[in-house]
Amino acid sequence: MDPIHQFEINKLFPLFKIGSAEFHFTNSAAFMILAVALTMLLMLGATAQRALVPGRFQSIAEISFEFVANTIRSTAGEEGMKFFPFVFSLFMFVLFANVLGLIPYAFAVTSHLIITAALALMVFVTVLVYGFWKNGLRFFKLFVPSGIPIYILPLIVFIEVLSFLSRPISHSVRLFANILAGHITLKVFAGFVTMLGGLGLLGWIGAVLPLGLTVALTALELLVAFLQAYVFAILTCIYLNDAIHPGH
Amino acid sequence: MADDARDAGDQGDRSTDEAALSARLRRLGERLDQERSSQTSRTASGASPTSDGSGLARGLRLSSELVAGVVVGALIGWALDHWGGISPWGLIVFVLLGFAAGVRNVMRAATIGNTPNDRG
Repeated sequence: MDPIHQFEINKLFPLFKIGSAEFHFTNSAAFMILAVALTMLLMLGATAQRALVPGRFQSIAEISFEFVANTIRSTAGEEGMKFFPFVFSLFMFVLFANVLGLIPYAFAVTSHLIITAALALMVFVTVLVYGFWKNGLRFFKLFVPSGIPIYILPLIVFIEVLSFLSRPISHSVRLFANILAGHITLKVFAGFVTMLGGLGLLGWIGAVLPLGLTVALTALELLVAFLQAYVFAILTCIYLNDAIHPGH
Repeated sequence: MADDARDAGDQGDRSTDEAALSARLRRLGERLDQERSSQTSRTASGASPTSDGSGLARGLRLSSELVAGVVVGALIGWALDHWGGISPWGLIVFVLLGFAAGVRNVMRAATIGNTPNDRG
């Protein structure tokens, strides 16, 4: 009945020890591996035949490839395709983790801030490293918009730097909060069904409403699972675009 | 003898088939290339960068952008107060700056003020 219980991390078996810190294989790690394994199975299995006329699985693989490639081309341009493997891996991992989490009794990996923050920081560090490596000090042009009067420039630069620093936060919290809130809402409404069901015939009639809502919410959550993966990928592209062409 | 001749004929057919197929593939590839280059030129000519992203995806971004700016500002301000001993001025100044950064985030997410013409 506890709607938070589903996010509990359980230790499955111990892996190794460093000093006094023990490292366990958890249910979170298991679902991450499952997400990666399913992605690999889909991509490798679908492209094994390389048919000119694609079958069902090859179609799925091709559509996902085209989808991510178009997203990158439209936001970061042709140069952004260098980062295709990175963005595609992120998109597929988040998508599979989100959708797997919707299956009853499964664990939603992306409902933990530490996972999404790690992914967002990975993007953030990539942008910083690649931006400085490719543009050198010209990367700082990102913080100096053109056409600003000189007397408010220091203030604007300050605000732009703050805005840049807030990126990994909004990037990670958005995904985490959407998945967390969605799963809690689902659990609460599903809880109403069993609570009302225990009240006898009148309760059974009353339970129809939350049951319908649960079904509708499940559909909504499926949409959110896909959309959040898409938003995560498109934001990665936008940030990478800043690293490729700073100061537009 | 007769079998050989038929085989040869079959092979001839097959090779012409394959030639036709590869020619079609090449034409298709050329057309795809053209399409792709026209697409890139269209996006390069300054259309909104997220024009094909769905509206819902863009809308979902906006709320957290503002919050993130304020949170970062508050964190920096609090840290300055804590270690710099200038309480409460760090928090006051940096929350305000963080709010401005959040508004800037939202403007950028809504693609306002990204082109030079938009800047007032």
